[in-house]
Amino acid sequence: MNASLTAARLGYRRGWIEFKQTLTNADTLVPMVIVTMAFLGVMLLTRTTTVPGTHFSLGTTMLTSVLGMSIGVNGLTSMGTLLAAEREDGTLLRAKAIPQGMTGYLVGKIVTVSLSTLIGVAGTLVTGVFLFSGLALGSAAAWLTLIWVLALGLAATLPIGAVLGSLFPSARSSGLMTLALGGIVAISGIFYPITHLPHWLQWVGQVFPFYWLGLGMRSALLPTSLVAVEIGHSWRHLATLGVLAGWAVIGLAVAPWLLRRMARRESGSSVAARHEKAMLRAR
Amino acid sequence: MAEDIVVDVRDLRMRYGRKDVLDGVSFAARRGEVLALLGPNGAGKTTTIEILEGFRMRSAGQVSVLGADPAHAGEVWRARIGVVLQSWRDHARWRVGELLEHLGAYYAPYSAPGLPRPWDAGELIATVGLTEHARQKVRRLSGGQRRRLDVAIGIVGRPEVLFLDEPTAGFDPEARREFHDLVHRLADRDEATILLTTHDLDEAEKLADRILILSGGRIIADGSADELSRRMSTQAEVRWSRDGQRFVHSAQEPTRFVRDLFRQYGESVEDLEVRRAGLEDTYMALVRQAEYAQEPTAEAARRFSVTG
Repeated sequence: MNASLTAARLGYRRGWIEFKQTLTNADTLVPMVIVTMAFLGVMLLTRTTTVPGTHFSLGTTMLTSVLGMSIGVNGLTSMGTLLAAEREDGTLLRAKAIPQGMTGYLVGKIVTVSLSTLIGVAGTLVTGVFLFSGLALGSAAAWLTLIWVLALGLAATLPIGAVLGSLFPSARSSGLMTLALGGIVAISGIFYPITHLPHWLQWVGQVFPFYWLGLGMRSALLPTSLVAVEIGHSWRHLATLGVLAGWAVIGLAVAPWLLRRMARRESGSSVAARHEKAMLRAR
Repeated sequence: MAEDIVVDVRDLRMRYGRKDVLDGVSFAARRGEVLALLGPNGAGKTTTIEILEGFRMRSAGQVSVLGADPAHAGEVWRARIGVVLQSWRDHARWRVGELLEHLGAYYAPYSAPGLPRPWDAGELIATVGLTEHARQKVRRLSGGQRRRLDVAIGIVGRPEVLFLDEPTAGFDPEARREFHDLVHRLADRDEATILLTTHDLDEAEKLADRILILSGGRIIADGSADELSRRMSTQAEVRWSRDGQRFVHSAQEPTRFVRDLFRQYGESVEDLEVRRAGLEDTYMALVRQAEYAQEPTAEAARRFSVTG
């Protein structure tokens, strides 16, 4: 059989094995559950508050926006931190020492992160249906929109996550990335309508994928009347498609080159040097 | 026998900034040969091996491993090479058997007639003595067990050339002996060419057909353990006893000395022992000699800078 095909197939298996590991290990499962619960808690607190200018629950709106945001944040941070951490601990070097190992490794990462994102979205959505009223899940169009926003969201953020992961020198410094993302999310209209921000901040927010992921999910899951709250009173599907596809194209254009450069630099002594540095910090 | 040369290094140079880490290293290894790269810290052992593995670019010189330049070789070449890496935390959540099976599967498309790849994971786990731990998670292994798993991962693809950087650091004596048996088996039965670095002279002597001593970025000695000590030692220690009395003598030419001894005393010579300098003495002498040879220039430079 063709060697790259074998490697891709092995990558799928690798992704599945590591996905199962995230679900069966307390150190990965517990934070995932805690974060989800924290978000659900905030939404529950705002369940009876209404979106300004409507009689609709702010909590329900927030639920849909957070679903969108979590796709983007997962794609970026999980991919980025995993790559930085696994470069540090030598996983990447092992992949490099094996024929087509890098192909398998990357396919594996994409599968693991995608599956984790999917299960996160599914978990939040299922819980949300029971806790919140007003979600419009009845039509096929709703599900169709949900699926394309989800798929495009992953395509837009996974390659950028890989880019960030290969740029950060260590797993620790990738924590900075999470912090910066927090700032961007804050101006992306996830927790409160973006139209209440100063004009220039609205523009900044709309550069990044999080706003569009939130908008896409709101368009899929909220009643049509809520479109009145959005910029231009429109769900702007075409623009959503355009911005997310743009990020995907940028990511896919840059990521392979950066990943190759990063892989080229890996060697036993560079892993050993980072190990030593990490040990010094731990002491 | 040119096609029997598997590793060929000529005038290899590596420069970091203004420091020459490798300063014209040349050597070759034949199929099935076990080579030990010996030398003090910072001598350039790891740099050399990483260049041969294709993990590091060189500054100058010619390098060929299995007929290809490691810096530009492709995946087919990669499949014929084994690298034993030092694990730290990688794949901590994987089970031992599961990981070996998975990593081995990448080699399957590179099987050749009479050379099926990879090794059976179960058999290999038994070979490195981890059968009891096959279902355990990698993070639960002890240091020595983890190292044996590293070795298993390095050879799972049935490599024709195997690189090991300090393979037995942290092994207990029993694990060390098992590892030595494994290396011998790979070299003898599978004709794998093996290049390893070590600090352990005893290990180099036991494992290697040939020892290269690297110091200050140059190879200062190349030969079997026996050849090296023969080359270095001008003196041997001769011990014997006669009429219950013990004698020790340092001889320039021990063979002639012993012949004379027997001619003179015949049957009454007992407990005869002739001991050449061991590898450790040889190694220390060679390294000291090399350092001394480099010293005068450094000394001169220092003096120059003081007066200038």
